[in-house]
Amino acid sequence: MAIKLTIDNQPVSVADGATVLEAAQATGIKIPTLCHLDGVSSPGSCRVCLVEIEGARTLQPSCVTAASEGMVVKTTSKTARQARKLSVELMLANHPWDCNACVRNGECDLQKLAQDMGIAEVRFPYVKPATPIDQSTDALVRDMDKCVLCRRCIGVCQDVQGVGTLAPRNRGFDTIVGSGAGDNLCDAICVQCGQCSAVCPVGAIYEKDSIEDVWGALDDPSKHVVVQTAPAIRAALGECFGLEPGTCVTGKMVTALRRLGFAKVFDTNFTADLTIIEEGHEFLTRLKKALADGDASVKLPMFTSCSPGWINYMEYFYPNLIPNISTCKSPQQMFGALAKTYYAEKQGIDPKDVVVVSIMPCTAKKFECERDEMNASGFQDVDYVLTTRELGRMIKQAGIDFLSLSDGEQDSPMGMSTGAADIFANTGGVMEAAIRTVYEVVTGRELPMDRLHVAPVQGLQGLKEAELTFQNCLDDWKFLEGVTAKVAVAHGLANARKVCEMVASGEADYHFVEVMCCPGGCIGGGGQPRLTSNDVRNARIKAIYAEDEGRPMRKSHENPAITQLYKDFLGQPLGHKSHELLHTGYAAKQPAATS
Amino acid sequence: MATPRLYVMIPTDADTVVVGAREIKSRFSSEIGAQGLSDQIKVIETGSFGPSNAGVIAAVQPDGVVYGNLTPESVGEIVREHFCKGRICGRFLLPREYPPTVEQATDARHTQAAGRIVLDNCGRIDPDSIEEYIATDGYEALGRALTEMTPPQVVETVREAGLRGRGGAGFPTGLKWSFCAPVQADRKFVICNADEGEPGTFKDRLIMEGDPHKVIEGMALCGYAIGASEGYVYIRGEYRLSVERMRKAIEDARAMGLLGKGIFGTDFDFDIEIKLGAGAYVCGEETALIESMEGRRGVPRLKPPFPASCGYLGKPTNVNNVETLATVPAIVRNGAAWFRGFGTENTPGTKVYTIIGHVRRPGLIEVSAGVTLREIIDEYAGGMSSGTFKMAQLGGTAGDVLGPEMLDVPMDYDAMQKVGHVLGSGAILVMNQTVEVADFLDSCMRFFRHESCGSCNPCRNGLQVLGEIVGRLKKKNAYPGDIELMEEVCMTLKSAAFCPLGQSPASPLMSALRYFRPELAAAVDPRRERPRTQRVRLDLVELAV
Ligand SMILES: Cc1cc2nc3c(=O)[nH]c(=O)nc-3n(C[C@H](O)[C@H](O)[C@H](O)COP(=O)(O)O)c2cc1C
Ligand code: SF4
Ligand code: SF4
Ligand code: SF4
Ligand code: SF4
Repeated sequence: MAIKLTIDNQPVSVADGATVLEAAQATGIKIPTLCHLDGVSSPGSCRVCLVEIEGARTLQPSCVTAASEGMVVKTTSKTARQARKLSVELMLANHPWDCNACVRNGECDLQKLAQDMGIAEVRFPYVKPATPIDQSTDALVRDMDKCVLCRRCIGVCQDVQGVGTLAPRNRGFDTIVGSGAGDNLCDAICVQCGQCSAVCPVGAIYEKDSIEDVWGALDDPSKHVVVQTAPAIRAALGECFGLEPGTCVTGKMVTALRRLGFAKVFDTNFTADLTIIEEGHEFLTRLKKALADGDASVKLPMFTSCSPGWINYMEYFYPNLIPNISTCKSPQQMFGALAKTYYAEKQGIDPKDVVVVSIMPCTAKKFECERDEMNASGFQDVDYVLTTRELGRMIKQAGIDFLSLSDGEQDSPMGMSTGAADIFANTGGVMEAAIRTVYEVVTGRELPMDRLHVAPVQGLQGLKEAELTFQNCLDDWKFLEGVTAKVAVAHGLANARKVCEMVASGEADYHFVEVMCCPGGCIGGGGQPRLTSNDVRNARIKAIYAEDEGRPMRKSHENPAITQLYKDFLGQPLGHKSHELLHTGYAAKQPAATS
Repeated sequence: MATPRLYVMIPTDADTVVVGAREIKSRFSSEIGAQGLSDQIKVIETGSFGPSNAGVIAAVQPDGVVYGNLTPESVGEIVREHFCKGRICGRFLLPREYPPTVEQATDARHTQAAGRIVLDNCGRIDPDSIEEYIATDGYEALGRALTEMTPPQVVETVREAGLRGRGGAGFPTGLKWSFCAPVQADRKFVICNADEGEPGTFKDRLIMEGDPHKVIEGMALCGYAIGASEGYVYIRGEYRLSVERMRKAIEDARAMGLLGKGIFGTDFDFDIEIKLGAGAYVCGEETALIESMEGRRGVPRLKPPFPASCGYLGKPTNVNNVETLATVPAIVRNGAAWFRGFGTENTPGTKVYTIIGHVRRPGLIEVSAGVTLREIIDEYAGGMSSGTFKMAQLGGTAGDVLGPEMLDVPMDYDAMQKVGHVLGSGAILVMNQTVEVADFLDSCMRFFRHESCGSCNPCRNGLQVLGEIVGRLKKKNAYPGDIELMEEVCMTLKSAAFCPLGQSPASPLMSALRYFRPELAAAVDPRRERPRTQRVRLDLVELAV
């Protein structure tokens, strides 16, 4: 049923259930907002979107007020304008004026609001005593002085991620966003996914910056600095330079990295393909043990392991399910381990002089590379992680005009990859890539699906399921004849929790489950350019699938550099060397303060 | 610091100082400190409030108790017995009729002008005896409603009586019930709001202490009218005696079959539970109260949906003030027309007020709605205790300040509204010419700043900046433009804050400006220059409130 109302003297018709804000947007009227974020939270508390509604005693927040039949709304009345402007001025009254030295300078919602509202002066002195900046984790920095208490971070952490680290503490003017019971993020259960930093409108939560460290390595002539870029970077980096979401900039990215001075520009895609080989074989081995050998100790379903926020989540919340997690390291860590062994050996470089830098869509990767387990090469396998946002800043710092760059190509051997690796970037991608390979290994035939896509696991639905029946299996895999493998895909930890609950209770009988910590998968990672809405997610995903379909090779086992790697170095999937370098294990954990 | 639960007011005038008032005062402070109650009980020096030849005096408010002829020993006992355990020390009471305790408040002389509706039993019956309540027509209204009236008829009777909510807003009670009544649900709730967080207000406490069954009967009538079978009394945690009395009354009513299943042999079930309040002022706001009852941080909810359709546990819920509910039995028993015989056309009935400040007899009164402020001060409160009337604040800290021009306006909801004021919850604070307006506003702003829940931006930051401005006015070093800025922030808060708490600082501030602008304007220092905004840590001591 449509609802008719009047906004600023214009008749509008919207669907039942639409808010006044949505109705205004539908007529091309822009109402400013701050705390409201579609699908994340809408506390109606910043009062920046107030409008006058005929008959209402006070101004109403348009983001949470339902449009109703015959409603008469004024968005630009004097009272509404003044109240919105003063609301922003009051926010600024309690805000340090640090713009020039602020990580959000130029891309800050508060700055923009102040500018749009024409605030020339703040008439209230800033009196808040400084709160210490929280640098306690590897991934994130929290500067609560800059917090405007919009509570987006609380919404995303609680509802989208289901972690619930953040909650308001104290009352009134002393209110802050607290983390757990202690003062620092490290005291709380936090998976370091960085979704809070991705939704924060100001410079209050941001990634711990490693740009200076990377410059330091690049400036050091004794170091051989190689870089890997995660699959999700190429579909988002362009946004740092004003390109539309979903513009793939692989070639320019490679050129920019070379210009920054990296000795080799490699690709995490290479180890994504390798992950499929290792994880695919691990999956088949688990199936064989369970179905053919009747080994009851084998845990199914097997969970993917490439998302470090998800691993943290399991260690905190579901330690009993840790044996279900694939022992494969993430592609980032496989890359680091090989760069300082296989690659260093091949190049005749002392691994101690090799510096591995990762460009990741993810803040949790900063934590992952510091994990104690991640030094299979004898050194810390990955030295520094930069998020997409940091790479964008670093390119700007270097004075590189990104948009005018020509396309470059990744170096070999660790820059070679297939379309199956590209799609690691989005939810459903690892599953699809694994199915492409597993099916062919088992049956000797190519996956019989339209353009090799496993349609049911694609898209932004929170929890997706698919089934795959093996027929006419090769001799080695006869035990799978007629077996229907059930797979599931979840993204966003609140959805992951649902899967874990179903698995723990025995309600679900999946064989293989892909989990990505962030909504939409890595393309929606906590380190990606802001702001990642569902439209942006879909645009990035589209770009990734286009990249996949444009490739000559689209199955991981077709990657000749991987074949070479096994031949020259690793031996066979799940072999001794693989175990040493590419696999690991996890254990239950507690926050730093309590352990 | 938390808002004090008790104020110990010790007159230190010439008469009392010679007999050791200052020593007694410091003795109170140290004994209170020794009990760890410094946060909750404030000791204040005041001017004389009347009696002489009574040695050192201490008035304990809001308990309305006055002790006299104090010695250091008696101080220890009062702190231990009265302040810690809630037992008034009868032997130190000043042997005079003022100011009123529960019993004395209802002394006929104070309530002569009105038939008493709410306080009629207070001081006349034993609040712990259900038999005595029944003997004074108690539970008759409930019996009659259940056996002779349909629920819509009860709603209609309350509507016709014109009863308006006594919690502050004056919302027509019958109308409120008629929102909730038709909503179909498996569970519905009646909540009695006994949070009474407004400083200086203690009427609800005295009603619960003096006549708990009346509140219970009112709740049961409401439950019958709107189709709810579960009731909750949300009582402020510090009100220990109220909790005790209400608890006993509920048990006794249950034992007599006046609560529970099949009341009066009908198929109407109703029972009541007590929930203790979390202590924050904003928890008295009905949606914050519901949040707090559900075990969450007591912050207001977004409205709509209103509690009538989606309240406690997401079910239809009706929230009324203690006094509102305590008025209902008499209305049902005697009919709407009888009730309309009291008060004024648009505010029928009586109103219970708590009067404090510079009046001779502070305390609790029940008067016919429409009596003027002058009559209340002169006839019910015994006149000014000292000095001349300068201003009064109605309805607690969130209420309006009235200047002498308003002394003769009838105190009913609409007459007050006509002159641009709000009647509020029933607190009257009377101040004489010694009180400086800025000092008074400063104490109001401290209260607000302390009580803001911090959810919404204009209130969280606006109260802070208002506090800073008022602080400067108090120190007489305000920046030029501060008063205009204060008005601007007030007006914005009024239209922009999330809940009425953030909207209401405008009431005392703007109304004070209405009567005392010259006095406040004199606090502006024309030579001072407003600091430019930049990231400098300005002198915190000077600027912080
Ligand atoms: C900040 C704030 C505090 C309040 N405190 C109380 C209170 O202590 N007691 C009360 O009855 N109503 C209080 N109210 C009013 C309630 O929200 C509600 O309107 C009232 O309980 C309804 O009862 P009534 O219709 O019987 O007046 C408060 C409102 C606000 C905004
Ligand atoms: S958060 Fe925004 S407004 Fe605040 S200092 Fe940073 S850039 Fe400036
Ligand atoms: S990093 Fe993730 S888990 Fe940690 S506080 Fe932010 S949103 Fe919550
Ligand atoms: S940290 Fe950022 S996202 Fe969280 S409440 Fe503060 S401003 Fe909002
Ligand atoms: S107006 Fe004040 S008390 Fe009310 S919701 Fe906002 S911050 Fe909380």
